[in-house]
Amino acid sequence: MAKYLLLKHYRGAPAPINNVPMDQWEPDEVEAHIRYMNDFAARLEGTGEFIDGQALSPNGMWVRSDGEGRPPVVDGPFAETKDLIAGWMVIDVDSEARAIELAGELSAAPGAGGRPIHEWLEVRPFLTAPPTVTQ
Amino acid sequence: MTLLGHTDQVELRRLVPRVLSVLVGRGADFATAADAVQEALIRAMSAWADEPPTDPTGWLITVAWRAFLDMARAEAARRDREVRFDAEPPSGPVPSADDTLRLYFLCAHPDLTSSSAVALTLRAVGGLTTRQIAQAYLVPEATMAQRISRAKRIVGQAGADRATTDRTGQEQAGDVRTVMRVLYLVFNEGYSGDVDLAAEAIRLTRQLATLIDDPEVHGLLALMLLHQARRRSRTRADGSIVPLAEQDRSAWDTALITEGIEIVHAALARDRLGEYQAQAAIAALHADAPNVDDTDWVQIVEWYDELLRFTDTPIVRLNRAVAVGEADGAPAGLAALAEVDEDVPRRDAVAAYLREKNGQLELAAHLYALAARNAPNLAERDHQTRQAARLNQQLHDRR
Repeated sequence: MAKYLLLKHYRGAPAPINNVPMDQWEPDEVEAHIRYMNDFAARLEGTGEFIDGQALSPNGMWVRSDGEGRPPVVDGPFAETKDLIAGWMVIDVDSEARAIELAGELSAAPGAGGRPIHEWLEVRPFLTAPPTVTQ
Repeated sequence: MTLLGHTDQVELRRLVPRVLSVLVGRGADFATAADAVQEALIRAMSAWADEPPTDPTGWLITVAWRAFLDMARAEAARRDREVRFDAEPPSGPVPSADDTLRLYFLCAHPDLTSSSAVALTLRAVGGLTTRQIAQAYLVPEATMAQRISRAKRIVGQAGADRATTDRTGQEQAGDVRTVMRVLYLVFNEGYSGDVDLAAEAIRLTRQLATLIDDPEVHGLLALMLLHQARRRSRTRADGSIVPLAEQDRSAWDTALITEGIEIVHAALARDRLGEYQAQAAIAALHADAPNVDDTDWVQIVEWYDELLRFTDTPIVRLNRAVAVGEADGAPAGLAALAEVDEDVPRRDAVAAYLREKNGQLELAAHLYALAARNAPNLAERDHQTRQAARLNQQLHDRR
């Protein structure tokens, strides 16, 4: 088994094919999308491949230490050019092929006009603990 | 192995504060005593299923005291310290209401962070297991165990310090406010797991109301009951939000509403108003309206004005703006909203609602989209996205 992170972006990913902001969709299309996303996570729980899914607010800030005894430096809100993560799903699957298959399904969530969004998702393998057998 | 059913488990947990205060009263340190009571609960779960005791409290005290002695001995041996305990339990004080009340105060100690006070209260007063509390707040069990044991150490230290100082009535009044805040947090912020934290908060507040004579505690209890009564109608099966105006009022729990209204009336009659009573009064006015058009918005605005006297926060002002919009029309609501801080959560959502009511659909659609972007949770984000989509479709159909 191998764990993969499926990353969804608010911005920074290549533009999807069906690129219409969600508030411009018809109400039924919004419903269909939300249902698809819920069903997807539920189905992966059913197959024993779902680990975690979380959504992030688009708001946030950069923070770094400014040295001992001084408060950290805070820089925000984010510039419009920043790559912005929207959320993630962690899956535990048998192979990279399966991770790609699932990411493809997630990317096909319905959008405007009821057509798949074809959104670009980032698929990242986890670094694992060292195996017991090493040779 | 058979285990106790859900009702019996709740009944069992009801005894926890009394048992814990007996152990503490006998000189047990708080942290070990809390662990010992937990151990006794676990044993009771299986033992009582086979053979229920005639005196449950006595049974728990005996088993918990033995567990405490075992733990204390093990601890003493581990530290290689010579500590002597009587094998026979001393004839300690009979558990009294004051002991239980002291336990509430200890768990809401001002040195604790809110999250620690919440966890400790659920564990020591509520008798929930660490695993149940961890599940409810979606944190790993090991993390919750650390949070609780750290809280117990802080409280144990504070308890030792306090023993040497006299407690004044003034301190107590401060304590009960902290206790109420902790219980309010338990009610408001339970997420998941097999324990209904809102119901647990109601149980603990009910108990607190029997221990202390304070109209604000009754106000808090009424507030909880009135919100709990409407809770099921607030979300659909898929988790989506149903706004107040669209809720199926026939599904509201009328028994809880009746009880909540009675409690808040009795509290208000004592003429010692506070923020929880004011909030409960607002909730009672909503719960009392057979349909949304019958809501007495003018009186609700008046209660928000009272509430502002006790707690002038942007959130109260934001909710007041909604009520003003209903009582006096959208322009008045927008004027009230203009006085509310720009960066209050959900301000965009309220602005969108009032703009739509005012007939400014394009601006409203834009604000709903903004509200979705800034929503603090997924259910609200989806709800605001739906609103934006609904308005945009209306605008599109008009063209």
